[in-house]
Amino acid sequence: MSVNDLFKQELKVVNLGLKSFYSDLRTQGVTTVHVNWKPKAGGKKNMLNLLNKLNKIK
Amino acid sequence: MIDIIENANKEALEIIQNGQPTLIGLGVAGEVIPGMEKNLFLHAGPPIRWEKMSGPLKGGVMAGLMYEGLASTPEEAAEYAASGKVRFDPCHHHDAVGPMAGIVTAKMPVWIIENKAYGNRAYCTLNEGLGKVLRMGAYGPEVIKHLQWMENVLYPVLKETIEIHGPIDLKTMIAQAVQMGDEVHNRNKAATSLLIRELAPSILKTSFNNEEKIAVLEFLNSNDHTFLNLSMPAAKATLEPAGKVKHSTIVYTMARNGTEFGIRVAGLGGRWFTAPAEIIDGLYFPGFSMEDANPDVGDSCITETLGLGGFSMATAPAIVQFVGGTPKDAVRYTTSMYEITTEESRAYKLPPMNFRGAPTGIDIRKVIETQVLPVINTGIAHKKPGVGQVGAGIVHPPMACFEQALEAFVNLLEDEDLLEE
Repeated sequence: MSVNDLFKQELKVVNLGLKSFYSDLRTQGVTTVHVNWKPKAGGKKNMLNLLNKLNKIK
Repeated sequence: MIDIIENANKEALEIIQNGQPTLIGLGVAGEVIPGMEKNLFLHAGPPIRWEKMSGPLKGGVMAGLMYEGLASTPEEAAEYAASGKVRFDPCHHHDAVGPMAGIVTAKMPVWIIENKAYGNRAYCTLNEGLGKVLRMGAYGPEVIKHLQWMENVLYPVLKETIEIHGPIDLKTMIAQAVQMGDEVHNRNKAATSLLIRELAPSILKTSFNNEEKIAVLEFLNSNDHTFLNLSMPAAKATLEPAGKVKHSTIVYTMARNGTEFGIRVAGLGGRWFTAPAEIIDGLYFPGFSMEDANPDVGDSCITETLGLGGFSMATAPAIVQFVGGTPKDAVRYTTSMYEITTEESRAYKLPPMNFRGAPTGIDIRKVIETQVLPVINTGIAHKKPGVGQVGAGIVHPPMACFEQALEAFVNLLEDEDLLEE
């Protein structure tokens, strides 16, 4: 299916990331679900580093 | 290879699952709490000095000083507390827990809970009821008078009652209560009812006169939170032995002193990891708002540490009328707590979760990885001493506590040369 055909149909959207995209679509009456997802350790590098260290136990 | 941590956590969880908290009697704090002295005042949360204490804690200390006869006016009490004549220590350093301000002084009567599986004990004062009470930082004459009634009537009657009745298995009682709509932190209606049902015949058998027996039964019945001061030490007694498991990333203490929130992690021993306590998002009593609220305070989140309270809110839908939100939110809170815990309780089963066990064993690694913080439901104290409770709501520990703990845990393993370069 081409992209143009896709947009001629009723859209059903799964949103990951910023919740405002989900809220905007809902306001416009688009069927959408928001996935409660966050990057691992909230993307904090120092915390990711600590978690990775714990995966390297002798 | 992460077996060393997995094995340690398995051991810690086995200890928690096997705990047998049992009410074995009552005693006077100065006689039964380890290390308790006349000039030692225990308080909720991590260690704190008088100068740093928030309003409710200061108010509770002042009430305690007047109750102990060490001061006769609030002004005298504040001066005495600041003079350095009183030593302050967390309840948690003395096998005890206290709701809200959590002030325990030598003369106060306490429940004695024994974990029959491991032999350790935990202590907690008797719940004072609602209104103007020491635990909320109130220190007026009516507060002291009520504490004296508790010492002179409530305590001796209940002490003799338990001697007649014999020990009470709190694990079974809590397991029943969570199937009757309690999460045993802010809703203790079912558990208090079960306790009264158990105690009433023995109260009648005591040597006290009818007037005293009636006063005790009426007081227990008038206060839905009677059982809170049993669910808290039951949780404390259950978790404490797990706190000795080396290399475990399981949290065995969460507590707040009204200024700071603190956690302790099994593999890191008695060390506290603290950060400023949060203001609570909740429902305020008429005439009060968030402006009046003190930051989060009390040892009562020991119930959440065990997987009860906010972790088991799905089983207590009625509580949302007290803390805010909807029954759907309550289910969402409980569902999210499975993300950061290790096992499901074998004893505490939640009917609305299709009888899944309560989410048990908070793992600091999971909190950091998912960024999901523990959910705590709690009372809100006024920030000024002497006012009391102004509402109830939902709060979380600061993420910084878990971040510091994770860093300390990695440092420990590095020091022990257990990590690859």
